[in-house]
Amino acid sequence: MSTGFHELPEAPLAMTSRLAGELLEVSLGPQHPSTHGVFRMNVALDGETVVKLKPVFGYLHRNHEKIGENTSYLGSMPYTDRLDYFCSMTNNWAYALSVEKLAGIEVPERAEYLRVILAELTRLQNHVSLLGFLLNDMGAWGTPLMYAFREREKILDLFESLAGSRMMCDYMRFGGCRVDAGADWIGRAQKLLDAFPRFLDEFERLLVSNEIVVARTQHVGKLSADLAINAGITGPMLRACGVNYDLRKVDGYGFYPRFKFRVPLGDHGDTYDRLMMRVLEMRESIEILKQALAQIPAGPVMNPKVKLRSFRPPVGEAYGRIEGPKGELGFYLISDGSSNPYRYRVRPPSFINLTILEDLCLGHTVADVMVILGSVDIVMGEVDR
Amino acid sequence: MIGIGILSGMAVTLRNFVGSYFEKDRLITVQYPEERETLPENYRNFPFLVYDTEDAAAGLRCVACKICEKECPPQCIYIVKSDDKKPDYMGKPQLYPKVFDIDISVCMSCQICVEVCPFEAIKMDKVFELSRRERFDALLLRKEELAKSNTYYHKIHPVEAAEVDANLSAAAEAKKKKV
Repeated sequence: MSTGFHELPEAPLAMTSRLAGELLEVSLGPQHPSTHGVFRMNVALDGETVVKLKPVFGYLHRNHEKIGENTSYLGSMPYTDRLDYFCSMTNNWAYALSVEKLAGIEVPERAEYLRVILAELTRLQNHVSLLGFLLNDMGAWGTPLMYAFREREKILDLFESLAGSRMMCDYMRFGGCRVDAGADWIGRAQKLLDAFPRFLDEFERLLVSNEIVVARTQHVGKLSADLAINAGITGPMLRACGVNYDLRKVDGYGFYPRFKFRVPLGDHGDTYDRLMMRVLEMRESIEILKQALAQIPAGPVMNPKVKLRSFRPPVGEAYGRIEGPKGELGFYLISDGSSNPYRYRVRPPSFINLTILEDLCLGHTVADVMVILGSVDIVMGEVDR
Repeated sequence: MIGIGILSGMAVTLRNFVGSYFEKDRLITVQYPEERETLPENYRNFPFLVYDTEDAAAGLRCVACKICEKECPPQCIYIVKSDDKKPDYMGKPQLYPKVFDIDISVCMSCQICVEVCPFEAIKMDKVFELSRRERFDALLLRKEELAKSNTYYHKIHPVEAAEVDANLSAAAEAKKKKV
């Protein structure tokens, strides 16, 4: 693994005088609290201004894709929980979707509704914790994060009572979902949903007009729509640049075409837009959840034709993708007809969104790097896999 | 005017602070371990083996078919089949596991062993206070530590266990009729 230092202009690591025109190299991370896990950046600084930035990945590499080739199709499902451990439900869905595409499996209606509900709840809790962490990075130490985590915990309680685990849900199966949600669960979800807008209003008041947040985020880390498209950026980060691309609308997977919702778009593509994009998306998620909870039909949640054991999809390949909270999450599978995939590949949104970090950070100060990194929304479990 | 945003943010903080004394919604934490939240029915942690009747060694439902060992994604189950057959709780001679180990330091609580088991023999436990002195020996659970009674299963998963019992007795009835 390259350390990233070789490509930097030669300069001693000791503190050098700015007058001499020399650069200071700083290794940020891999254990800095603002790097969201074990992520390292090698930054070359001119004074306080970033002139070069090299991300260094791989500290949390766990061989996910190679393990996927040596595990049965079903056996990879719990491993996908550990990709982006904030959003295990959407990871499950993306993987289940790819396998269902590969094997041509139908999903019962109730299961599709449950998947939409769980994916939107995941989006709520992912975005809310992102906002908390972002404010944490800006120096609002603790308080907003705790408010965010309080709401997240209520959603995780719902996950726990349905799937058995707060974060490692392992809930979806090929052709449906593992257990059915009872009427009391739907009632609890409805109750949570009714209370959520109040929290969101409060949280918005906490940050939107706050002068410090505005000063720290507006015109910081601008991303142009051209660069975003060329670099393959997806998710809220792309939509913050004003590009109307949401897989829920474009692909219309699941039952999303049945729901009425808008896709919020940003104007400037700066950190403030990315931050507000999350707030607006949460409001749309609430709309989707309201419709889904009202419409959910009764019925089975598993396709009875699908075998759990010795599952062998036909020879072929499939790429299934969904709009995860962080962007386009895709699984590419090649089947040779055996019980293990021949090739198993993940398209991780936060990894690809992270590739343009240098473009975002150049010309800004070190303190801004942390804010920009926070607004990219990374989870190292997914970046390094 | 500059500063209004900060002040309205402070108002939110104040409301949360005061509200945490009156609203359950704003203070959701409990003082563990003195206070405990009840675990949901579906909560799962690590697998255990169910036995019927009183005797753990004789009443084990497991017939050492090794399906869970094969399907376990992190490969944390180790089973050795018995050489002889022993009557199970229904009186039918069956193989039994001579060795049944689960390394719960490897287990990732995915519940796949439970789903694939055709004999309703392995279920998920709810015990989560598992800190141990040793790293390796103490977290490798042997057959004796894994075996827990059906009564215990009913206690931790009441709804699920009732369903399982109904299914098992229905299957036994059907078998009797055939014979």
